[in-house]
Amino acid sequence: MARPASSALRAATANRLRDGAVVFRTVTGGWSSRIEDAETAQGEAEAARLLAEAERDATNAVVVGPYLIDVEPGEDGLLPLSLRERIRAFGPTTPMVGVEALPYL
Amino acid sequence: MYKYDHFDQEFVDRRVTQFRDQVRRRLAGELSEDEFKPLRLHNGLYLQLHAYMLRVAIPYGTLSAAQMRALAHVARRYDRGYGHFTTRQNIQFNWIRLEEAPDALADLARVQMHAVQTSGNCIRNVTADQWAGVAPDEIEDPRIWCEIVRQWSSLHPEFTFLPRKFKIAITGSPNDRAAVRVHDIGLRMHRNAAGEVGFEVIVGGGLGRTPMIGKTIAEFLPKQDLLSYLEAVMRVYNLAGRRDNLYKARIKILVHEIGADEMRRRVEAEWENLRDGRLRLEPAVVADIESRFARPVYAGQPADSAEVAALKFRDKAFGRWMQANVVPHREPGYAIVNVSLKPEGEPPGDASAAQMDALADLADAHSLGEIRVSHAQNLVLPHVKLVDLPSVFRRLQEIGLAADNIGQIGDIIACPGLDFCALANARSIPVAQRISRHFADADLGHEIGDLQIKVSGCINACGHHHVGHIGILGVDKHGEEFYQITLGGSVESDASIGTIVGPAVSSADVVGAIDNIVRTYLDARQGEERFLDTVRRLGTTPFKERLYAAA
Repeated sequence: MARPASSALRAATANRLRDGAVVFRTVTGGWSSRIEDAETAQGEAEAARLLAEAERDATNAVVVGPYLIDVEPGEDGLLPLSLRERIRAFGPTTPMVGVEALPYL
Repeated sequence: MYKYDHFDQEFVDRRVTQFRDQVRRRLAGELSEDEFKPLRLHNGLYLQLHAYMLRVAIPYGTLSAAQMRALAHVARRYDRGYGHFTTRQNIQFNWIRLEEAPDALADLARVQMHAVQTSGNCIRNVTADQWAGVAPDEIEDPRIWCEIVRQWSSLHPEFTFLPRKFKIAITGSPNDRAAVRVHDIGLRMHRNAAGEVGFEVIVGGGLGRTPMIGKTIAEFLPKQDLLSYLEAVMRVYNLAGRRDNLYKARIKILVHEIGADEMRRRVEAEWENLRDGRLRLEPAVVADIESRFARPVYAGQPADSAEVAALKFRDKAFGRWMQANVVPHREPGYAIVNVSLKPEGEPPGDASAAQMDALADLADAHSLGEIRVSHAQNLVLPHVKLVDLPSVFRRLQEIGLAADNIGQIGDIIACPGLDFCALANARSIPVAQRISRHFADADLGHEIGDLQIKVSGCINACGHHHVGHIGILGVDKHGEEFYQITLGGSVESDASIGTIVGPAVSSADVVGAIDNIVRTYLDARQGEERFLDTVRRLGTTPFKERLYAAA
């Protein structure tokens, strides 16, 4: 997964306050646990605007710890560039004891 | 088992009520995350990659069948049906919702469990030998002293905001199974020339970014002085420990910087003010704590079972399990059964709710209702009659927990790693799983013998890689997972920090590298020599040469 550290496309992610679920800021100003719903920002100005909106939702006790991640368009929607963010978006890479494959929350 | 008194129960219940209100205020937006974070951490609630994580204390690794059932209930009701037993004898639930955390804690409080001081810069859960009270080599049960330390340290107003977290471990046996030399304070019970039992006090051990073996600052501390002396150590640390740099804030850095002699001098100077004050432990106080431990009542048993002895030869799987997992008990006719939470290819330390319930039933039926957690992320049924061993084994087989690999290559310690942990740089569990599958042949595992592999996903070393006979540390190299391998670490009485064998290997190469190292050992070992002894005899050079020759 050796890729350039920064990408032209960014999305805003955070953990949802009430349950900690990984969420992405959507085009309609909400938050979704599906990365394909994420709004993407191109360029620094747009990214700063997206982050500012996400941070407002942190202040308003909707999400915790928002930040921007690098993403790229994939076959089935958006794909984070880093392994960490892929694990956040799609769940642990290892099946859990006694648990079926990870459903979306 | 320690039974709560009225004070203990009220304290835990009030904490749940208090936390419920704090969560309510947070959800209502009355508390910011900055304000709330220290409050949730005081209650063992972290925010990890995918959800909140609740770390529940299992004081000194001892729990009752009823408590295990409560953990199963929490796993089922509030999590995704499983829990992860940790190297600190605790359990973590990875998928907790903030809005339900107070309910989970209320359910745990009903069975005298909590998550207090499982996080934050305070004195954490005190750990002990998982065979405490039952090991034949034991001088005295360390859990009485763990409980005394727990009561002294819980919400201690002076030590609630230490420079950094603080971990204490106690062993009551000359064979250290509590890793006392790699804790902030390690206490080793032993007898002096007069035959009295006291503590060797070891300070400044630890793993993480700067691994250190602790230094002995008191050879023999009389029992009555335990708390006054610990308080003196804590005061010296609290004043002089570094708060300017997170990475230099543990007591090990202080001890390293000023030296063991100066540390001893400062502690003794402070101790002079404390030793005969209110912290002096009168025998009556100790006896009172001891009386709250319901001691096991054994049924007189024949010391041997001809039937079990015969079955060991008749049934190879049973015999192998007996050899690897079952150890002698101090009570004639009983055995200690170690239950490996490392079945082939499974995440180390994980147990499903169904397995937890089944283990609770096994404990009720065959282990006087008691279970232990080891720092190696395994469980123990501490009081099993010899004659019951075949039926316990069969039941463990049925629930998938009969792996016969305690202390062997399949018995891998691994932190949650990048699959779960917000701090990790690389994955740990999948590496452990791949190694486990690669060496799945039980005969090979037994032939290799005593070999501890420990995997950490970052330099914080929750997987204890520094003290693995083979240590594996995950690192991030330009977005790729690489693994640095160390050899020759040990966490036991002969504690040592492993030596890096060479450049880190890629994720794809890590299992091959471990295989290569094991082959070098098998070729070089003399007689029954353990892996660790071969590494100590030869150094890392022959391992390094063969490992990197292929590259």
